[in-house]
Amino acid sequence: MSMQQIYLAIPLLPLLAAMIIGLFGKYLPRAAAHVVTIAGVAISFALSVYVLKDAMVSQPYNETVYSWLKSGNFSFEIGFLIDRLSAMMMVVVTFVSLMVHIYTIGYMHEDKGYARFFSYISLFTFSMLMLVMSNNFMQLFFGWEAVGLVSYLLIGFWYTRPTAIYANLKAFLVNRVGDFGFLLGIGLVLFHFGSLDYAAVFSVAPAMADTKINLIGNASWSLMTVTCILLFIGAMGKSAQVPLHVWLPDSMEGPTPISALIHAATMVTAGIFMVARMSPLFELSSTALSFVIVIGSITALFMGFLGIIQNDIKRVVAYSTLSQLGYMTVALGASAYSVAIFHLMTHAFFKALLFLGAGSVIMGMHHDQDIRNMGNLKKYMPITWITSLIGSLALIGTPLLSGFYSKDSIIEAAKFSTVAGSGFAYFAVLTGVFVTAFYSFRMYFLVFHGKEKWREVKHDAHHHDDHDEEHHHGLSPTDDPHEPGWVVKLPLILLAVPSLAIGYFAIEPMLFGDFFKGVIFVDAHAHPAMHELAHHWHTIFHSPVGMAVHGLMTLPFALAASGVVLAWFFYMKRPDIPAAIQAKFSMINQILENKYGFDSFNDRFFAAGSRFIGNKLWQIGDVKVIDGAMVNGTANLIGKLSGVVRKLQTGLIYHYAFAMIIGVFLMLSLGLLKI
Amino acid sequence: MENIRYDLITALPEIILLGMAMLVLITDLFLKQSNRIAIYGLSQLGLLLAAYFTVTTHVPSVGYAFTGAFVDDAMSDVLKLMIYVGTSLIFVYTRQYIQLRNMFRGEFYALVLFSVVGMMIMVSGQSMLTLYVGLELLSLSLYALVALDRDNHFATEAAMKYFVLGALASGMLLYGMSMIYGMTGSLNISDINHVLMNGSGIHAVLVLGLVFIVAGLAFKLGAVPFQMWVPDVYEGSPTAVTMLISSVPKLAAFAFVIRLLAQSLQTMAIDWQQMLLIMAVLSIVLGNVTAIAQTNLKRMLAYSTISHVGFVLLGLMSASGNGYISALFYIASYVVMTLAGFGIILLLSRKGFEAQNLSDLKGLNQRSPWVAFLMLIVMFSMAGIPPTLGFYAKFAVLQAALQAGFLWVVVFAVLMAVIGAFYYLRVIKLMYFDEPEDNSPITAPFDMRVILSMNALALLAIGIMPQGLMTICFYAISRSLS
Repeated sequence: MSMQQIYLAIPLLPLLAAMIIGLFGKYLPRAAAHVVTIAGVAISFALSVYVLKDAMVSQPYNETVYSWLKSGNFSFEIGFLIDRLSAMMMVVVTFVSLMVHIYTIGYMHEDKGYARFFSYISLFTFSMLMLVMSNNFMQLFFGWEAVGLVSYLLIGFWYTRPTAIYANLKAFLVNRVGDFGFLLGIGLVLFHFGSLDYAAVFSVAPAMADTKINLIGNASWSLMTVTCILLFIGAMGKSAQVPLHVWLPDSMEGPTPISALIHAATMVTAGIFMVARMSPLFELSSTALSFVIVIGSITALFMGFLGIIQNDIKRVVAYSTLSQLGYMTVALGASAYSVAIFHLMTHAFFKALLFLGAGSVIMGMHHDQDIRNMGNLKKYMPITWITSLIGSLALIGTPLLSGFYSKDSIIEAAKFSTVAGSGFAYFAVLTGVFVTAFYSFRMYFLVFHGKEKWREVKHDAHHHDDHDEEHHHGLSPTDDPHEPGWVVKLPLILLAVPSLAIGYFAIEPMLFGDFFKGVIFVDAHAHPAMHELAHHWHTIFHSPVGMAVHGLMTLPFALAASGVVLAWFFYMKRPDIPAAIQAKFSMINQILENKYGFDSFNDRFFAAGSRFIGNKLWQIGDVKVIDGAMVNGTANLIGKLSGVVRKLQTGLIYHYAFAMIIGVFLMLSLGLLKI
Repeated sequence: MENIRYDLITALPEIILLGMAMLVLITDLFLKQSNRIAIYGLSQLGLLLAAYFTVTTHVPSVGYAFTGAFVDDAMSDVLKLMIYVGTSLIFVYTRQYIQLRNMFRGEFYALVLFSVVGMMIMVSGQSMLTLYVGLELLSLSLYALVALDRDNHFATEAAMKYFVLGALASGMLLYGMSMIYGMTGSLNISDINHVLMNGSGIHAVLVLGLVFIVAGLAFKLGAVPFQMWVPDVYEGSPTAVTMLISSVPKLAAFAFVIRLLAQSLQTMAIDWQQMLLIMAVLSIVLGNVTAIAQTNLKRMLAYSTISHVGFVLLGLMSASGNGYISALFYIASYVVMTLAGFGIILLLSRKGFEAQNLSDLKGLNQRSPWVAFLMLIVMFSMAGIPPTLGFYAKFAVLQAALQAGFLWVVVFAVLMAVIGAFYYLRVIKLMYFDEPEDNSPITAPFDMRVILSMNALALLAIGIMPQGLMTICFYAISRSLS
């Protein structure tokens, strides 16, 4: 098999599996759904590992596979760019996807849409692979939209629930805003660079660094800045950055495996990946980088606060995802692209782990998602408990665990960055450490320790992540929760391993070695953060262990530790304090409850406004002009005409003969009068 | 001696079919009802033999027989083969229908074969007299076929109307021919052309003759304003006969138009172009608009035929090689679609029940998804929706008209086709979105099901790869018209 065939097989196998199960799933036995799709993804994963190994030693592969169409000088192609960045993404995507496939067997086993679900997640894997393997903007956009589509389908997977439909529509619409910017950015690239191919665009880019364009009136704008900001707006939609983040918490309406795969580990990181891939463009505009870092730090800090007051287990994890995406974006803005990708990778593992752990808890609690009804689950669900603890520790940045290395590097990078807004970013990511530790362990303590609260609470229907609302109303006070079977536990354990260790092994090659050499481009002179980071590594840390030891004495560790202790104190020792604070600072609580008012602003301004305009256009333009005058008018006219002409057919033979004779007469006149 | 031999060989297919028709009539006298299937076999055999001899005696050049009254060229052979295939399909589709209605008798088969002979003579006629004789043989057979179910007073009325109006049209045609004869002194197609090329003859008289000939032709084709018989006859005749009337004779009528207008009166193209244009536009409008108001399926198809004829005229009207080729392509496609459409109507009919109202198609998808799918293809094709054959046929005709410079006519025809799409799509809506009114099972012989399926699927297959049929049409026209 040539390399190209392997590259083709990696995305096409999941697609094939998705098609088989999607089209013929209902004729096949139920087990076929997971056998076929898991086989597809497993082979894909194995091949991706092989490709990564190959990419470590050989030159990047950049070839066109298929020419879709040519229009003038522009050609639109399907092609692969396989270097270490894309190979690493492929491994992460297929690994997490494989784990989620296996986990789904347990999570969805009672669901009517079993085959449909497997078909969707395989289709998602295909789309995401097409996105990361692309060597041009068009295919990138295809993958971008395709993952958006699958995300839409999966958020609304339980399509009979109004909340799910609301959430998927919201996700779709908010992403449209981002995609609009993205598309404009791609349009600018095509217009000014004359190509959609990455390599061609990147090679021309330095020469265009000082190009100015006129957008509105005569004000001149830097081409690079405008292009990069537009592309980043696309990333803001997909990677849920403020103010386009509003869809992600609501996307938790989808089944939990999807929250793990799409809304935590892979799809939402597409924006991060894209910006890293475009590093040769972003490096040319410090203005755009400032924009990126400010947006990222706002997201990192303010979304973390919201995690503190959530009571739905999935929403807590969702807000932590938002906050971590903000961290990655800060790294991008600091020109530490490799750090962002590093955090993307570690985050994919521990966040998928946390989500799948949350799903396991939800199953154990019989689809009750309210953490106030849980407690002491460590006694009943040991594997879930241990793995969730590992995930949480990794998330808050405990030294030696994977999250520590990536998160500390981001904090360092923000410190060394010199672009405008980096001071604020440093403050935001530092504060974020405390907040993250606090809400993560608030959830951890409430769920796994303390009193078994479901035994005392008489609760009514809360959020249900279930299939059939008639049957599941949470755990009854006399029941014990049970840990689900091995299909659920195995993925948890397999994800816990990289959550523990991947950072330790990967940090040196990825950040300071030449793993990303020739892939990610940094202008060390203008943006020195990465250079400084490497300097520190070589002079102070020397090794991952050195960094961990050093990390014990730094401010971030102190902040994280105090966050954990405070959470323990508030929720284990003195549960009356949080309630008192809540009562005292009700205004702050109110602001957080309203999620800073983004949703209501969007509802009142954008949604209501466009409905108003739409209604007017509909009433006047559509109903009166188009429907009334044009469409129905024509139809009515034809209908009437039809009725009239029909009457000509009298059935009387002399009428017919008369018509013929008139016809001859008319033709005769016509023919002869012309003479 | 040599001449007679050549004459007989040239006309061998006609002679065989004529003989077979006689044989069918005679054999029928001695057969019991249970053995009648033999005449069905004999008729199919006759068509097969005729096809065999048409193919084996085919030469790419043009040959004249019977002192120039009869021609054997590429066009005549191609059209004859199409007629055989069409007629053979009609025999397959109608067998059960006429068996159940007590029409499974020698007369039906003999009359159909006679009409086929009439069509063949029309296709090969090289003299106005031969053409006329062929036309009358066809017409008289059809009149009798319409009235075959003689106790049915709808059928009798339809036959009467058809006969009276047909006689009027024949009279007009003969009158026109006599004018041309008077001016040119010849009945032979090529001789007339030569004489007219030399510029002799009084133009006004020639136009007079032309108008009457065009009127006669238009009656056969069913173009406005000579279309009045079409809906009544379609509705009144037994569906088996409607299927015949609406399909293969149009191929013969096409040949008739080519022989008379394009070959003998080509110098007057400027005059007849205009007449055809008016008739084409009127046919397309009236066919499409009136079809909307129909509730009877056969009547709806009658109006649909009228609009299809309008499109054929649009191709002919271009008076160019491309125009004739596209018109031939259109009419061949029309025959394939019509056979499939009526085939499905026959399939849905059963003893004591005529499927002829639009409401009879309601919920067909629930009764038989496959038949509904076939009907869907047919309707798509008739409406001209890609990738079906009907789309390509319309496309070819409109392209030819565009090349001939009739931009506005083309725009108009496309708009009318959109209106026409309405009533075809309504059929699809009835089949797929309405509840069935009766749930009786569909019974049909196996061979009919298979062949009908192939017939309908061919609309899709040829629509995707129209090149083969187009090559045949190109061959037929380019070899016969210089």
